[in-house]
Amino acid sequence: MKKTLFKGTALPWLLLAPQLAVTCIFFLWPAGAAIWQSVLQEDPWGTRSEFVGLRNFAEVLVEPEWRGAALNTLVFSTSVAVLAMGSALFLAVQADKAIRGGNAYKTLLIWPYAVAPAVAAVLWLFLFHPSIGLIGQALNQAGIAWDYKLNGGQAMTLVIIAAAWKQVSYNFIFFLAGLQSIPKSVLEAAAIDGARPVRRFWTIIFPLLSPTSFFLLVVNLVYAFFDTFGVIHALTGGGPGKATETLIYKVYVEGVQNVNLGSSAAQSVILMVIVIALTAVQFRFIERKVHY
Amino acid sequence: MDDDALAAATRRRQARERIMSHGWLILGVLIFAFPVWITLVGSTHDASTIGRGDVPLLPGPHAIENYTAAWTSGGEGRYRASPASLMLWNSALMALCIAAGKITISLLSAYAVVFFQFRGRMLAFWTIFLTLMLPVEVRIIPTYQVIVSLDLFNSMAGLTIPLIASATATLLFRQFFLTIPDEYVEAAKMDGAGPVRFFRDILLPLSVTNIAALFVILFIYGWNQYLWPLLVVNDRGLETIVVGLAKMIGNGDAQNEWNVIMAMAVLALLPPVAVVVLMQRWFIKGLTETEK
Amino acid sequence: MATLDVSAVSKSFGTNKILHGVDLTVADGEMIVIVGASGCGKSTLLRIVAGLETATTGTIRIAGRDVTGLEPADRDIAMVFQNYALYPHMTVAQNMAYGLKIRGLPKPEIATRVAEAATLLGIQALLDRRPRQLSGGQRQRVAMGRAIVREPKLFLFDEPLSNLDAKLRVQMRAEIRRLQRRLGVTSLFVTHDQTEAMTLGDRLVVMHAGHAAQVATPMEVWARPADTYVAGFIGSPAMNFLEGSLTEGGRAVALKAGPLLRFADGPRPGAEGLPLIIGIRPEHVEATEAGLALPLDLVEPLGSETVLHGRLPDGEALTVKLAGPAPVGGAIQVSLPAAALHVFDAASGKRLDPVA
Repeated sequence: MKKTLFKGTALPWLLLAPQLAVTCIFFLWPAGAAIWQSVLQEDPWGTRSEFVGLRNFAEVLVEPEWRGAALNTLVFSTSVAVLAMGSALFLAVQADKAIRGGNAYKTLLIWPYAVAPAVAAVLWLFLFHPSIGLIGQALNQAGIAWDYKLNGGQAMTLVIIAAAWKQVSYNFIFFLAGLQSIPKSVLEAAAIDGARPVRRFWTIIFPLLSPTSFFLLVVNLVYAFFDTFGVIHALTGGGPGKATETLIYKVYVEGVQNVNLGSSAAQSVILMVIVIALTAVQFRFIERKVHY
Repeated sequence: MDDDALAAATRRRQARERIMSHGWLILGVLIFAFPVWITLVGSTHDASTIGRGDVPLLPGPHAIENYTAAWTSGGEGRYRASPASLMLWNSALMALCIAAGKITISLLSAYAVVFFQFRGRMLAFWTIFLTLMLPVEVRIIPTYQVIVSLDLFNSMAGLTIPLIASATATLLFRQFFLTIPDEYVEAAKMDGAGPVRFFRDILLPLSVTNIAALFVILFIYGWNQYLWPLLVVNDRGLETIVVGLAKMIGNGDAQNEWNVIMAMAVLALLPPVAVVVLMQRWFIKGLTETEK
Repeated sequence: MATLDVSAVSKSFGTNKILHGVDLTVADGEMIVIVGASGCGKSTLLRIVAGLETATTGTIRIAGRDVTGLEPADRDIAMVFQNYALYPHMTVAQNMAYGLKIRGLPKPEIATRVAEAATLLGIQALLDRRPRQLSGGQRQRVAMGRAIVREPKLFLFDEPLSNLDAKLRVQMRAEIRRLQRRLGVTSLFVTHDQTEAMTLGDRLVVMHAGHAAQVATPMEVWARPADTYVAGFIGSPAMNFLEGSLTEGGRAVALKAGPLLRFADGPRPGAEGLPLIIGIRPEHVEATEAGLALPLDLVEPLGSETVLHGRLPDGEALTVKLAGPAPVGGAIQVSLPAAALHVFDAASGKRLDPVA
């Protein structure tokens, strides 16, 4: 904290007022409402609601569709994180080695970050569309029956690729920054100790990158959980069947299409708990990183 | 003699590795750019070429008519969207409002939290901090209900205001303010500057790079919003280009006017990509610092 | 110009007491240096005078006006900071003018004052540059300039030389002294560097653990340190301290190391056998043909002089500074001249002066 501060009470509260107003009206109120609705059950006409305790949660958690969405989310998020982080790390290592032109590659690789998830989905659709897409057609001609609108596994593959494609840039920037912040002297010491490049990577660079990797893992999971709604909505609409319906998508379906507010709210609350847990993990980790 | 041979071999190996690195990077760049290239090319052909499934790899002659169609009418097909000119304007306005709003309220509240000593400071800080844990997607339905009850449905205000409270931006400015030496405040006090003057004459000019960095990130964040606009706006006059584009896809029929959709996709990704590429330095700074 | 009165100023952070009632009177145009080790409270004292901290008790008067409750801006003072605190986004001229601008001075007058101060400091050529483009010494001058243009009643310096390299520090030290004399502004200068303190101050305040251990002229502090802390703090290499006890009715000390030394300036008060600490500066120890044996364990040749470290027969360390090159051999014989002895009460550490 600072030792020299301004005094006064009215001015700081005035400065805080807009932020606090928005926070209370659009964050705390809805979050409170979500928690409140999650313990209520509305009758089908929406005229009366009764207190049902944790019954909405109990129902949600045993519902096969919710469990299916949870499984989809798990598969989807893990695949996106692994794919996006793996390729980003690989490219970052190459860019770190290729001293010349490193910045040009950076420019050429970071722009997909700016593409909206929904737009990314559309771009990949142009490639994987079964009849107008280059790759979609090629797969069909090669004898693989490719139609992401009919085959759930293929639909999942496509949303994973589209979601990961966009996220590689972000991971690339952080991995490259991480690599460039490793002190040269450490690598030189390892070289003198007789470690060859490949060994240097696995014994020195990779462990030193682990804080970055861990941080990115959390960020990628959060991204895959929430920000990819647009990818799924634009590409598959959760289908075919419910093959690509993730938890966040299900909240939307439940609340907007089925207008089942109690259940939707309970699902929102579960998601909040997941985000809070992820954020907490991240913060504990950041505290530790200080001492690393 | 042996050592000379070893040295030569080493030199060859190092050269080979460098070439390999560049090779991988170029491959990466190409994979990244490929979907965009296909889209760009597709947007210069007529509907029948694409509808037939002849995927062109080189630009065709219909660029002007496709982009004109997208710009002025949003296409002719069943899923016709609003004209791109209108949707781009809406997207730009939304992105600018969100970015400017977030920066303004975050600057003010971070200033209050860091530079003032007053009762309730920590309470205010934690209230703001809480919002970090509740991304809009999680509390989407209750927030939507709040918008409806405040009569902000189908309005630019409803579209932007709920998205401008940001713990991330506040934390970034707080972090930056904490690195400002106490002596600046002390020197300003000696010079006779009060809190308002200090903010205007010293703190704001010092924050310019941070503001620019944050602006890039937030502009993209705003531009790429999908779920929220989808929910809060059904007035075609307020439609944003990301949502409009996804609507044009419908369920992905081969009979869609793909040429115009592709032109629309290019228009949708161009502005944020341009911002990232042109303001690359601030973009990277913004990314790496908001996530600390 | 102005006087400064600090009376009974104390400061606590919670239960932690930083200053224990400090009194100080500074005459018009005087340069006072507050010196002490880190954590002694010297910076806190300065900041209280500046109005950047509030004293827990006590009052501050500048030119007779009680400013204890006033903001820094209303105290008519200027301060030079350790890291200079130049606003990085303003040019040198803007930095210097900022305080005057806030006070609403007319533009032509601001320009005149800035130009005058710049001429005085020899930084006319730098006025359009930004702090980033300046060397350490130049920044230092600009920070001084910012203080000078304000024409304050009181200058405050918070270790302004500690960020400079050794050579520049000596040069700027002399410059600050000349400037302060010429402008005749009452000044308070905080430093941890005893050389800086000795060369700059009309008087020194040696701070120790929140107390003003001694307030006196540099020579007085050196020649008659008020207690063992001040004695050990001022002077380099530091003063030697030897244990002993009062004897012969207060006329002599029996050193633990053996010899009996008679005081040259008269008897000290106190009972027979009162434990004493005898201080003697290394440069006052003499090498003789027949005296105390001092086996040496370290010899530091400094060119024109040599510093010798050894242990007396009872194990106490003794440092000796001799003119000329190092003596040959592993031991020397030393004597402790009676006129150079400083006598302190072992229990309180306070200086014991001869009974008048």
